[in-house]
Amino acid sequence: MTDKIKIKNLNFHYGTKQALKNINLSVKEKEITALIGPSGCGKTTFLRCLNRMHDLYPGNRYEGEIILDGKNILEKGLDLIKLRSKVGMVFQKPTPFPMSMFDNIAFGLKLMGIKKKRDISERVEKALRDSALWDEIKDRLHEPALSLSGGQQQRLCIARAVAVEPEVILMDEPCSALDPVATAKIEDLMTDLKKHYTVVIVTHNMQQAPTSLLKIT
Amino acid sequence: MPVIDRHKADKAGDAIFKGLSFFFALLVIVLMALIFVVLFKESLLSIKAFGFKFIYTSVWDPVAGEFGALPAIWGTIVSSIIAIVIAVPISLGIAIFLTEMAPKGLKGPIGTAIELLASIPSIIYGMWGLFIFAPFLSEYVEPYMVDYLGFIPLFNGAPLGIGMLPAGFILAIMIIPFISSVSRDIFQMVPPILKESGYGVGATKWEVIRKVVLPYTRSGIIGAVILGLGRALGETMAVTFLIGNSHDISIALLDPATSISATLANEFTEAVEDLYLSSLVELGLILFVITFIVLALAKLLIGRFSYKGGKL
Repeated sequence: MTDKIKIKNLNFHYGTKQALKNINLSVKEKEITALIGPSGCGKTTFLRCLNRMHDLYPGNRYEGEIILDGKNILEKGLDLIKLRSKVGMVFQKPTPFPMSMFDNIAFGLKLMGIKKKRDISERVEKALRDSALWDEIKDRLHEPALSLSGGQQQRLCIARAVAVEPEVILMDEPCSALDPVATAKIEDLMTDLKKHYTVVIVTHNMQQAPTSLLKIT
Repeated sequence: MPVIDRHKADKAGDAIFKGLSFFFALLVIVLMALIFVVLFKESLLSIKAFGFKFIYTSVWDPVAGEFGALPAIWGTIVSSIIAIVIAVPISLGIAIFLTEMAPKGLKGPIGTAIELLASIPSIIYGMWGLFIFAPFLSEYVEPYMVDYLGFIPLFNGAPLGIGMLPAGFILAIMIIPFISSVSRDIFQMVPPILKESGYGVGATKWEVIRKVVLPYTRSGIIGAVILGLGRALGETMAVTFLIGNSHDISIALLDPATSISATLANEFTEAVEDLYLSSLVELGLILFVITFIVLALAKLLIGRFSYKGGKL
């Protein structure tokens, strides 16, 4: 397995407060890398470095290198829009947009410049199948996404991330707001995702970790 | 046992509290009803004299004792529409800038400045409008408007700096702080992770605002706009200074006009005859009903646009 991401001497500061100190780590391609550790140790902070989400807020500062496919993504002037369509993200809580289920997934596709209706519906269907949601919602794709259950919403968010065909998917405790049944479904889903994507996941669930590659920050 | 005693005392306290707060809540409705009843009673004379004609005729002749409210109703509605058309885009721009783009050092000062603007008494706006804004308009804006846009009937009329359009302008200036501070508060309620998920699939700031923030906040923003409209409809002093107070209906927005509240402010002291006074009160009643209809419509709209189902 080749390294997809290499992190070298990464330091991260929220203003004057240093949150990450000298992280050195490599993430293997098409594997699941889990980050485990006590609350507040910087797992999420680290994850959000990988798609430069911290850049949305002023005063944050990175040092060191994050090499994705041979290119340092901490470089100044990097196209963040491009980076984020290559490195997708799933959050702690489901975050469906206030629109229909279909439009939620088509959202990213339209941003990518895909215009043909047929192409869009094909890729929406594929993303929904990949995230094991298709059979449950195929008859009501045009209803608001907020009418889904929490677990379904989270799988919809995974589908939304998958639809734009990123190379890396970041997951920040994706099951923390879900019940055990929904959690199990997402865990199953992750083993499938591994076939196509490099996944980095923050988790508190020790059962989620052993099935995947384990790294502790 | 002390435990049980405390329990009893709590129950009594709750009952009293419930009764009190229910009473206060009821007071609002009673006040509303009383205002309506008084307005109705006092305008009976005019209602009997003119009937529905009062609403759709436009003669306002206190000497002859003939009164028609159409110019005032027209002026109230049109000046408020002008205000909303101008104020909504500007206010949303301000609110979006403050929540999504402003650097930390600017957020506070601009936010406070807006709140201060909202608290300036309307008479000050009126005086500023009459002494500064109207001369400015009549010298630098309206003549050019008539010259270059005059072929559109709306932008024609006497370039006096006083009239329907200037009144709409001043109303817009007055409701901008209001709409923008309410919508800023609404935009701030959008959960950060919702916006982040937008950025997470590669959206630009504009796309996140347009496709995520605005739809998410739509019902709240409609509410803010309607509240602004409510204020514009009833605003009195500034409009009285600037609208020109003429009981004529003109499609040309530069021409002087009048509004319900301006008519009331101007003419109440002069109304010595019973029918005159009663007609003015009926104007007030009509304003009351218009505002009620607008707010009711707002409730309906908000209900229709709000998203059903789960919450984040």
